[in-house]
Amino acid sequence: MSDAAASDHLYAVTVVGHDRPGIIAETTARLAELGLNLEDSTMTLLRGHFAMTLICAGAAGGRDIEDALAPLTIDRSLRVTVAEVPAESGPTPGGSPWVLTVHGGDRTGIVSAVVAEVAAVRGNITDLTTRLAGDLYLLVAEIDVPAEADVTALEAAVERVASELGVQATLRRVDIDEL
Amino acid sequence: MTAQHPVALWSEDLLGVEGRVLAVVRAPAPVLSAPSADVDPTAAEVVQLAADLVETMRVSPGCVGLAAPQVGVAGRVFCVDVSAHPKVRTHHGTFVLCNAEIVSATRNEKAREGCMSVPDLTGDVRRASRLVVRGLLPGTGEEVEVTTDAFEARALQHEIDHCAGRLFLDRVAGADAVHARSTYL
Repeated sequence: MSDAAASDHLYAVTVVGHDRPGIIAETTARLAELGLNLEDSTMTLLRGHFAMTLICAGAAGGRDIEDALAPLTIDRSLRVTVAEVPAESGPTPGGSPWVLTVHGGDRTGIVSAVVAEVAAVRGNITDLTTRLAGDLYLLVAEIDVPAEADVTALEAAVERVASELGVQATLRRVDIDEL
Repeated sequence: MTAQHPVALWSEDLLGVEGRVLAVVRAPAPVLSAPSADVDPTAAEVVQLAADLVETMRVSPGCVGLAAPQVGVAGRVFCVDVSAHPKVRTHHGTFVLCNAEIVSATRNEKAREGCMSVPDLTGDVRRASRLVVRGLLPGTGEEVEVTTDAFEARALQHEIDHCAGRLFLDRVAGADAVHARSTYL
């Protein structure tokens, strides 16, 4: 990756739809042809659906990117969006990293009820995965908890909500290995 | 393997009862999420349970440990046998512990774990790789201390967690540390 030039724009590109081999190869080849650098990316399969978000930088215009990626959408199995986005700074310093696990019987509203308590102390979720495996629903969230937040109160609130929902919740601080 | 250690010398034959294969319960069964009660290691039903846990473990491919809550019994009993596993260093063969507690746990390492009660998922979990555990042998009730490492240490902590109502899911390292199981043994 080269250093971003002052004239560069930053774009968020999403590709979502029916999975098949070659989607990433095709997408990134077309972005490379436009001189765009991939600055960050995530891709996974969500319930079998291909889901990718890329942050890329370059001098190309948003319309040019949309046109370049349009062949991906011809058979309507994939949807592509391109949006110019501002540069973002990293996470706010001073917080502490925590991991929240919630698991139990599948029912509507588990995620919203639990993350509401995280938001109430201005905890910021930095990574989230949820899984449905048979009857088991699982949520694992990585949370940046601000220094001024009362972690004991957050633990109690999460515990209370989990109990009301009939699920199990565990909040623990992340161990950081210094090498 | 410590040749003369009472745990290494232990075998399910000492229980004097025939083990039965029990059904393994799966999350979200409530028994897996509640702390279990202490048991009397000399009680006939605990001796039978110990034999049943070993037998159920034996017939389950890839299974290196099984705790009572996993067969629907809320008692602090589990069996382990990691002797055939490639990641083993120290091991004590097949044994069952009642009311086990961790005496010391050091040198955390992260590794992938699965569980018969969570058959569709695996997870990366940090656990101590040097471990001392104290518990009671079923049948005699003899108190024993097991000093172990590596994979046996991980298996013991996983089973002790079951007895406390915790699954490996409660300890996964982060959101990207949960995986769909791709191979079933």
